[in-house]
Amino acid sequence: MTAAEARPARAQVLDDILAARRRQRRWFRGQFILVWVVVVGILGVFLWSAGRVSLDFIFSSGPYILQGAGITILISVVAMVLAIILALLGAVGRLSSNAISFSVASLYVSLVRGTPLLVQIYFIFLALPQAGIILDAIPAGIIALGFNYGAYMTEIFRAGIQAVPPSQREAAQALGMPERLAFRRIVLPQAVRIVIPAIGNDFIAMIKDSSLVSIIAIQELLWRASRVGRSERQVLAAITIAAVVYWGLTIVFSYFQDKLEQRMARGDR
Amino acid sequence: MSGYPAGQPVPPHLGEVIVEARGIEKYFGDNHVLRGIDLDVSRREAVMIVGRSGSGKTTLLRCLNFLEEPTVGSVEIDGLRVEAAPLRARSKAHQEQIRQIRLRASMLFQEFALFPHMSVIGNCIESPVRVRGIPRHEAEALAEKYLDKVGLLEKRNEYPARLSGGQKQRVAIARALCMEPKVLLFDEPTSALDPELIGEVLNVMEELAHEGTTMIVVTHEMHFAREAADRVIFMEGGVILEQGPPEQILNSPKEEATKRFLRRFLQA
Repeated sequence: MTAAEARPARAQVLDDILAARRRQRRWFRGQFILVWVVVVGILGVFLWSAGRVSLDFIFSSGPYILQGAGITILISVVAMVLAIILALLGAVGRLSSNAISFSVASLYVSLVRGTPLLVQIYFIFLALPQAGIILDAIPAGIIALGFNYGAYMTEIFRAGIQAVPPSQREAAQALGMPERLAFRRIVLPQAVRIVIPAIGNDFIAMIKDSSLVSIIAIQELLWRASRVGRSERQVLAAITIAAVVYWGLTIVFSYFQDKLEQRMARGDR
Repeated sequence: MSGYPAGQPVPPHLGEVIVEARGIEKYFGDNHVLRGIDLDVSRREAVMIVGRSGSGKTTLLRCLNFLEEPTVGSVEIDGLRVEAAPLRARSKAHQEQIRQIRLRASMLFQEFALFPHMSVIGNCIESPVRVRGIPRHEAEALAEKYLDKVGLLEKRNEYPARLSGGQKQRVAIARALCMEPKVLLFDEPTSALDPELIGEVLNVMEELAHEGTTMIVVTHEMHFAREAADRVIFMEGGVILEQGPPEQILNSPKEEATKRFLRRFLQA
């Protein structure tokens, strides 16, 4: 066989392989969707029939519960911004050679990670008023969530900053950059890129943990669901609606997180 | 005074002494890495430091611009003298002096250390704009001049990830040149490169040397040292064991340790 004859034959084989791969991928995706639809469907039918769910309730109270999603998102986003600011300060403190910065940051992390989020929510909303510090429920909830997540994320940021090769800081210094400029322009942007998956993860956890502030009567998703569910004796439907909305929110934010990670990967090593 | 041993002719193109290191000692814990180094380098001189790994040559280079704080000694570069001060290494005044030293003597690294989140031109203008305060368009013109010099002007908008090792090191050289330092310090600039990429970096460095750029180079490239060096320094056990013109040190060294080192090197 000459080379000229061999080439089309090989091209044919490659085409066949690619086509087979596409078929495999499509089959995989098909099974994936099938499993999800079947399992969720069975669960739904079972709950529907066994729980005597009323369609009327879903239509009449569904919108009321859904409005809570707005509060959930508001609280999560603002608390996340607060958490990121605190985490950044905390990480800088934990890496500082200044004894006071290091001690304050370490105390913050230890104290907040060492106590339950629920206790922190109670403390800020119910206990502080006795000391004359009175906050509305929503600010109290945001502060509790923000402080709590800020402490966990402090360690994420610290690890991210330490994961930037030391040669980057040295190169910046060798170019005459003062310490702060080198941190802000060279180290931090690379650290942020490293921690984005972990931060996204925490944000998704935050959306769900924001349900804890229902305990101080913030009218978010879970509060509305449990209130209307109990008064209409449709707790199963109400809580399921809330769960599905949380799930939907996390799927949406996971999608944006993927997109963000892809964008940040630009120019990566 | 120059760094040349008494009785040896000083190459005529050299200017006055610009780098003056005195009594540099460095301990890492109990490990006495540098044991009293005096080093003078003249303007337009290309000094190559060779020696076994562990001889202290990289540490010496890093001490010259205080990426390592010397335990004892002083460094003077272009009229600015900084004493080693490990005990007040973090004081503001000392930090500022060190920064000024680094503006005079820029370091190039074995691993290039380009900023991966910035384009080639972004790497080059970052410090000129933010440290030297040059307007952005002027900094870009400057960067383009030096990128052209290292033959990489067409890569100005690429990110470092898309460059080969040799190209990265050439960008790093252009980036350092953009700060217009008085001295370039090269720390094994080709050791991380595939053999076929070493030549392009050495060519750029040789051109710089011949143009009269003052440079101190830690290297294992003996052939390059022979071609481009005004002076070769052989280090062993934390001291400068012998130094002189490349022909003398590389062809007819006096010290037994130098001979052993070169023998092993030329065999490899």
